[in-house]
Amino acid sequence: MPFRKFFSKNNKRVMPGFGLSLGFTMFYLSLIVLIPLSTLFIKSFSLTREQFYASVTSPRVLASFYLTFSASFIAAIVNLIFGPIIAWSIVRYNFPGKKFIDALVDLPFALPTAIAGITLTTLYSTNGWFGKYLELLGIKVAYTPLGIIIALIFIGLPFVVRTVQPIIEELDIDVEEASLSLGANRWYTITRIIFPVIRPAIITGFALAFARALGEYGSVVFIAGNMPMKTEITTLLIITRLEQYDYTGAVAIAVVMLVVSFILLFSINVLQSRVNRKDRAA
Amino acid sequence: MKKKFNSFFKSKETDNKKISKLSEPLIVRMIIITTSVFFILIFIFVPLLLVFVKAFAKGWEAYINSITEPETFSAIKLTLLTAVIAVPCNMIFGIIASWLIAKFNFHGKSLLTSLIDLPFAVSPVISGLVFVLLFGRNGWFGGWLFNNDIKIIFAVPGIVLATIFVTFPFVARELIPIMQSNGNEEEQAAIVLGAGPLKIFFSITLPNIKWALIYGVIICNARAMGEFGAVSVVSGHIRGETNTIPLQAEILYNEYQMNAAFAVASLLTFLAVITLAIKKFAEIKIRSEIKQSSIITIGENI
Repeated sequence: MPFRKFFSKNNKRVMPGFGLSLGFTMFYLSLIVLIPLSTLFIKSFSLTREQFYASVTSPRVLASFYLTFSASFIAAIVNLIFGPIIAWSIVRYNFPGKKFIDALVDLPFALPTAIAGITLTTLYSTNGWFGKYLELLGIKVAYTPLGIIIALIFIGLPFVVRTVQPIIEELDIDVEEASLSLGANRWYTITRIIFPVIRPAIITGFALAFARALGEYGSVVFIAGNMPMKTEITTLLIITRLEQYDYTGAVAIAVVMLVVSFILLFSINVLQSRVNRKDRAA
Repeated sequence: MKKKFNSFFKSKETDNKKISKLSEPLIVRMIIITTSVFFILIFIFVPLLLVFVKAFAKGWEAYINSITEPETFSAIKLTLLTAVIAVPCNMIFGIIASWLIAKFNFHGKSLLTSLIDLPFAVSPVISGLVFVLLFGRNGWFGGWLFNNDIKIIFAVPGIVLATIFVTFPFVARELIPIMQSNGNEEEQAAIVLGAGPLKIFFSITLPNIKWALIYGVIICNARAMGEFGAVSVVSGHIRGETNTIPLQAEILYNEYQMNAAFAVASLLTFLAVITLAIKKFAEIKIRSEIKQSSIITIGENI
């Protein structure tokens, strides 16, 4: 034991390149990420409180907030329901084409958002493959909030599946066996034994999908229709303000969005570290 | 050894007997599988299929024509140029940052790890916006840049910068966990044997993280080539000059040139499919990379 301690304490001196790698990492991180991002906050401090308040509470901005948050929330809820089901069937069952389905889950990560946008719009517009039949049922998807939700489901799905999947893979089958041998039926085992273990991962996946959806632009902007007050998302409104050279407006809205996603990400980190601590305690 | 052998046998025996009771009833399994398959097919596979169907709807010749059309061709060139600059920058950063985080203990390490992930939390539109605030006409350096006749916003440097920002964490994120799980033992042994830093990196660390690095670079590249929101803000959409492939696809789509738009889009869709294939392959390799190292540590403990 003292031997180990001796080594770990001297890690810094034994492994080469501490100063160089720390210096380069900090330099590059500051240059590319920290300095550019800080300009947004510094710029927002130069606004007076009235300016800021007026920019973020105009009816058009509030309507875009409402649309963006509610569509993102609904899409994340849909993924919260279907993501774990998909992860479960990939890990626990065998069926033809399973590897193909598993690989497809990652497509929204790798496919450029704009291409997802034009594809989904073509698919759901009134003469598209899906839109044609939905039209007969009287359901309009393209250029409505429903279209925005569909695009956000597409974007968010891998976040939930890929967060939940490794947790299901790591589930200890012994625990399920124990539950079975103690007389619990399968439903009881799933709801009382398995679900509590994967619940934090489901919530994390949901939060990640929700955070991603709030800032999404490319996949949504085509299918949304972009009618002010009706189908205009917040990220588009930032661009509109910028194109009108209304920097104040753009910065104020951007700061609100950024703070919200930082809070979301921070809560995810807190949740994760709590789960890790529990694991260690057990 | 004997114990291991016995337990291995036992678990195989019980597996067959208990498997039915440890799984759901057949009907439930069927419902879950069907739901999953349909969900993926409808939400992901059909859109993927549509890209290629629309791209090739008018045949090969039209496809080739729409790709080699001058404006599209210059968009392809710009996209390649952007990736050629952005990906190596983030690759070098990723390697160095993961070396720092995996090999050393220091104060503020977890904060630094979160900061590296920061660009993930920033909307692509806001990523573009911050560069406009810095380098745009009314931005901090705008006046100076204008006086010296240097263009960053609505020009290639802005596109490259925004792309680097958006794809910043990808390589580091893939490397940090695998380097951490590999530990320092092998490198320390090499130091004792008298190897220099570069020799240690290239003959010990790099071979151990090879597949994670390849995957990180591939996904970074796919995102760099496909970035839309951030690039859209800083590009200015000057045709034949500052349009990347996704922006060109947008323009063609908005002009109702559907087949041309999807032909352009299919290039990046191909790239996405190849990226996924490499990912699947790399995942298997990364698992064996981790397993190999864990076997070594188990051996040492014995």
